[in-house]
Amino acid sequence: MDFQYFLELFFGGLTRGSIYALIALGYTLVYGIIQLINFAHGEVYMLGAFTALIVAGILGFTGFPAVGILLVAALVAVVWCAAYGYTLEKVAYKPLRGAPRLSPLISAIGMSIFLQNYVILAQTSDFVPFPRLIPEFDFLEYIDYIMGPSDLVILVTSTCTMIALTLFIHYTRMGKAMRATAQNRKMAMLLGIDADRIISLTFIIGSALAAVGGVLIASHMGQVNFNIGFLAGMKAFTAAVLGGIGSIPGAMVGGLVLGLCESFTTGYLSGNYEDVLAFGILILILIFRPDGILGKATVQKV
Amino acid sequence: MQRLIKSALVALWFVVLTFPIMGIKINTVTHSVDLRSDRMLMLALGIFILAAVWDWAFSRKSRGLPVISLPQGLGSSLARFCGSASVRRGSACAVLAGLIVMPWVSSLYQTNIMTSALLYIMLALGLNIVVGLAGQLVLGYAAFYAVGAYTYGLLYQYFGLGFWACLPLGGAMAVFFGLVLGFPVLRLRGDYLAIVTLGFGEIVRLTLQNWSTVTGGPRGVSNIPRPGLFGMDLTLEMSSTYLYYLVVAAVIITIIVISRLKNSRVGLALQALREDEIACEAMGINLTRVKLSAFALGSCWAGFAGVIFAAKTTFINPASFTFMDSAMILSMVVLGGMGSITGVVIAAVILILAPEYLRAFSEYRMLIFGMIMVLMMIFRPQGLVSGERATYRISALEGRAGKGEGA
Amino acid sequence: MNAGMNETRQHDATAARLTARTARPVLEVRGLSKNFGGLRALNDVDLSINEQEIVALIGPNGAGKTTFFNCITGIYTPTEGSVELYDADGEPTRLNGRKPHEVTELGMARTFQNIRLFADMTVLENVMIGRHCRTRSGILGALLRDPATRAEMQDTVDRSYALLESVHLADVYNEKARNLSYGAQRRLEIARAMATEPRLLLLDEPAAGMNPQETLELEALVRDIRARHKLSIMLIEHDMGMVMSMSDRIYVMEYGSRIAAGTPEEIRTNPLVIKAYLGEDEHA
Repeated sequence: MDFQYFLELFFGGLTRGSIYALIALGYTLVYGIIQLINFAHGEVYMLGAFTALIVAGILGFTGFPAVGILLVAALVAVVWCAAYGYTLEKVAYKPLRGAPRLSPLISAIGMSIFLQNYVILAQTSDFVPFPRLIPEFDFLEYIDYIMGPSDLVILVTSTCTMIALTLFIHYTRMGKAMRATAQNRKMAMLLGIDADRIISLTFIIGSALAAVGGVLIASHMGQVNFNIGFLAGMKAFTAAVLGGIGSIPGAMVGGLVLGLCESFTTGYLSGNYEDVLAFGILILILIFRPDGILGKATVQKV
Repeated sequence: MQRLIKSALVALWFVVLTFPIMGIKINTVTHSVDLRSDRMLMLALGIFILAAVWDWAFSRKSRGLPVISLPQGLGSSLARFCGSASVRRGSACAVLAGLIVMPWVSSLYQTNIMTSALLYIMLALGLNIVVGLAGQLVLGYAAFYAVGAYTYGLLYQYFGLGFWACLPLGGAMAVFFGLVLGFPVLRLRGDYLAIVTLGFGEIVRLTLQNWSTVTGGPRGVSNIPRPGLFGMDLTLEMSSTYLYYLVVAAVIITIIVISRLKNSRVGLALQALREDEIACEAMGINLTRVKLSAFALGSCWAGFAGVIFAAKTTFINPASFTFMDSAMILSMVVLGGMGSITGVVIAAVILILAPEYLRAFSEYRMLIFGMIMVLMMIFRPQGLVSGERATYRISALEGRAGKGEGA
Repeated sequence: MNAGMNETRQHDATAARLTARTARPVLEVRGLSKNFGGLRALNDVDLSINEQEIVALIGPNGAGKTTFFNCITGIYTPTEGSVELYDADGEPTRLNGRKPHEVTELGMARTFQNIRLFADMTVLENVMIGRHCRTRSGILGALLRDPATRAEMQDTVDRSYALLESVHLADVYNEKARNLSYGAQRRLEIARAMATEPRLLLLDEPAAGMNPQETLELEALVRDIRARHKLSIMLIEHDMGMVMSMSDRIYVMEYGSRIAAGTPEEIRTNPLVIKAYLGEDEHA
């Protein structure tokens, strides 16, 4: 029975962690390329959940099958979030290239506040129920105490997404250009890589991943509101820092570690301080090992 | 013409982009989809104009021209006008006179609004020490505000301590927390510091919310007394007025302290820290000490403001100290101009009073705050008021001038 | 081991010959090494500077000259070796592991290769910051503005202004540092370093980016500073004309090691140096 509880927490942690990982990838990709903490990234995730909610709402009246609705809603959310990410970069960050380091960060915070209130004004500030779209899987019947259908969908989807991203980064031309730009932007530009395009691409990919996370979490939790991006964003950022910001495998590892930590402390100790834990980890990591688990140490140049 | 087409395309892009969130609303009660074409039309028009302005502003910016400039003669005469000491003293006196008579000519409601605006000015000026002068981006400033407020609330609840005893204690507690945060973050770079302070702010808030046995949890602390005046029984109106004058005095003290600090040895070191940490250290400045001073000074002010806030509302709970509150104070500093006292005061007044008096505006308050932060960073990173330069008396020059007159 | 001893003795003899007027050392560096991970950026470097000497540190790009500066000023912690700074009474203080601000307080100030001014502060304020470690008033003094604090502030202002006069920047004292020309920024950096009252002034490529006329003026300025303030100067410089004409002694580095030391005459004719560094010039 104890072991069963352990498994339940373990899979709960994995589910959570893989969502954190998906969002953390967006932070890490952007940070790797322009050394900016994209503070508004959590909001893109929230926009993803809302877009999916609206699409699912419309399709819900048409009598489409649930799985179909989920897929279409997710697709629309991904496309729209990619567009939001692209626009966000063009409006709030691109004009600030070469500005002092804190300027784009303040701009990002401003954008985050703006997007939250945009959703409040255009939609609502209340929690909105998200339709149940994930089907029941018969084969989960025997282990349903440790893993529900949404957990399974989250794990499978996020694993596939992350594998796809890794393949993209390592084997495609664009992926290689991204890695080159992350290592040395000037050099990459001299070699004919269009840095502006790569930066846009990074935002598009990061936002699309966040949208996937948004849709998954919305269908898992069954409700969304304008504020879900803040906490999820902070936790994903913690995950990114934990793994070593700028490192793609780091973000994945960091997400899972954070998810498991949260799940176990909530399960074995107390649920009251779940969010405190994430912030505590964030602070400790930044102070004692700012390069994270898989990050490289940086020497400050004088 | 090309510009217009470009703007039209941008407008079209935004219409498509925002369509799902802006244009569609699912009505869960009647199970129908509301299309909001009127909104989309307004948005398209708005974006079209904005895009044109944006484009124009950038073309000016890239040519090195200021985005907003006054006509030649007016600009320079205005600068001369504002620059003269007598004008500055005069306007300060006028403002002060206005503040003093305010409670007698306006309603209690107005006075209360003014009290909160003044509290925000105090907070913004305090944050300005840390962010504007010392360049340390602190995103969890509301935490120190909370520490001050809860120090009063809890000390009253458990030990019956009054306002005047708690005012210095609240400041001291906030300084203590500032140092607790300050020590470990000394080595952190700017953006990491920002995130750590944000995390710290959230931890403080979550702790207040969850530690119900001591802090009252989400319900907070209530029935906190207003400050007494020589043991007199004050009516609600009198005590509000009294509090109002107290805050006016506090703001004046804050302004004096900060303006004195700014051009002192310590103040110069804070500004050097903002400009370049490595050069700062190489010039013999003890980074540890200067950074901790900045944290202590900034948090101290938030602590004082917190105690006054608790006394004003007589009720506090964790919901008053969220990240949004920190962000709001930060946007005042950003709008006003990093390090500028006048600028921050003006910005705080605009950002607090505008939503209060323009009801239509209040809904969009946070939206506008967010927008201001982005636009200021892009078009006027130095803030509304910049170039406040200290004047130093140089003995050598005075001697020369004296001689010149004599000859 | 033996060779090292010999070399040290030889160089000590040279130093003594050169600076007969004051042979007292200001800085003594022995066996200084610095590793970055597996990379050895500095390898067993010995160096000494006597009072009122102008010493140049030269070498090809990447030879470790700036790393040497960073090691002795406390920005990096040396891996091995010792750095000692002598005070006016000839008492040495070990600098290893001290923080940059302590090193400055002990009497060693520097400028930076890629100018690091406080760009948004005025020219005068930049120099005033340099006075920080020689003044004492604190927050309370600032708030009360007592006579002592005011007097100290006035003293800071006046001394800073005098320093600006000595580097010919007095007329722009109220400009923002960022608005100065390149050459003027370099001079401002020197004035700012001078404000800390150093016994040893380190200049990292002070003539970089200057035209020949400005370089000549800079040379005169540096000589003038030494004469007026009776301090020692060590500079990293690529302008050979300037190095040869103004240095009392020259140290040459390559790949993190010291390969030669001596008077400009000795360096000019040293075959190792010619091979490593001036070779191309000789054959051209």
